[in-house]
Amino acid sequence: MLAKRIIPCLDVRDGKVVKGVNFEGIKDVGDPVEYAKKYNLQGADELVFYDITASHEGRKYMIDLVKQVAENIFIPFCVGGGISTVLDFKNTLRAGADKVSINSSAVKNPELITQAAKIFGNQCIVLGVDAKRNKEGGYSVFANGGRQDMSLDLIAWVKEAEKLGAGEICLNSMDADGTKNGFDIDMINDVCKNVSIPVIASGGCGKLEDFYEVFEKTNASAALAASVFHFGELTVRQVKEYLNKKGINVRA
Amino acid sequence: MSMKIGIIDYGAGNLFSVKNALSFIGVESAIISDKVDIEKADALILPGVGAFGDSVNMLREKGLFDSVKANAVKKPFLGICLGMQLLFTKSYEYGETKGLDLISGDVVKMESKSLSIPHMGWNELEIKQDSSLLKGLEKSTYVYFVHSYMARCDEANIIAECDYGGRVPAIVKKGNVFGVQFHPEKSGDAGLVILKNFAELV
Repeated sequence: MLAKRIIPCLDVRDGKVVKGVNFEGIKDVGDPVEYAKKYNLQGADELVFYDITASHEGRKYMIDLVKQVAENIFIPFCVGGGISTVLDFKNTLRAGADKVSINSSAVKNPELITQAAKIFGNQCIVLGVDAKRNKEGGYSVFANGGRQDMSLDLIAWVKEAEKLGAGEICLNSMDADGTKNGFDIDMINDVCKNVSIPVIASGGCGKLEDFYEVFEKTNASAALAASVFHFGELTVRQVKEYLNKKGINVRA
Repeated sequence: MSMKIGIIDYGAGNLFSVKNALSFIGVESAIISDKVDIEKADALILPGVGAFGDSVNMLREKGLFDSVKANAVKKPFLGICLGMQLLFTKSYEYGETKGLDLISGDVVKMESKSLSIPHMGWNELEIKQDSSLLKGLEKSTYVYFVHSYMARCDEANIIAECDYGGRVPAIVKKGNVFGVQFHPEKSGDAGLVILKNFAELV
């Protein structure tokens, strides 16, 4: 059976990895290839590079980054952030990425999912979703990095996206994100129950037990985390050894 | 210039990731697209992503179908993913299409009520037969799969399989013709070991 995947996520600005942002600005900047090598060595099953570049000019560095990573790291990797056209997909995949993640651009233009899936295959289309609990007891989808409420129901959206051709869903709970109190089990379960494509759980991970909980209590195929890995609180290796001991099927 | 491994370019597939992986382990390779180079190469890799029928058509249109078939039996040959499926007699992807018929068998759609298709992710190899391709691998080896169709063939040709709602051939072999359903160029260290083992057959 398929192993549960552990996926470190790296934020990228102007082609460099950004480790974290605080009030003084960017805390630390690094070479994407070095980070990718480190996580690969630790046993990461996949990597996500997320472009947070604000300027249009800065985006061109992403393609060079993808090429460099593809020449040095031989595990699947996904690229997201600022991808909004079929041409963006093509350039990113050609440079060596295996998957492309779209979020706001898919909400605003759902047809993009189908167009890209037809040309490149469902397997490389990852739908990123940022969602938050609403007053009605459901979840609402947000765009533009969580800044814009799209008045769109999460469950309706993920079902629609699956139909349109998305191959995976990377579900980020805005309620859990940054809390380090664990993944949003209820939200993940609601999404898993409603789609048959793989769901990647994101947001809220702060300790070893959180990884176990998400795989024990939900059908998530993968767990994505950023800060616990970046700041060296945990290594991917530690997470896998722990999960293995707890009887979760992971790649050693 | 002596060329070691020729990666056959027939218009499909992610050729560069295979070439990148070979370069990384110090194996010389070239992306080739004509008969002369196929003839000259010491070993051949047939990559592939896409549909079976389209790929056979592209091989035929480029006049490479017969050349690939003839050279596959003369030197170490490795089909990757769709490139492995092309080794078989026929496929039922979008209607019946004849393959290279280097190994007897057919290619059928994977079906599962409870598991998602494509079969995508890291799955464990279950070794059925010893093979030079497996030399130096850990006892438990996970490799990376992305596919919706699978081969059906004689047990004698199956080196390794994996479990995904049933047995799925993962490594097949007949003589010096090998096929891997997974992507060794995306399977981390295990994948690089398999590619290195293949290169050492030359």
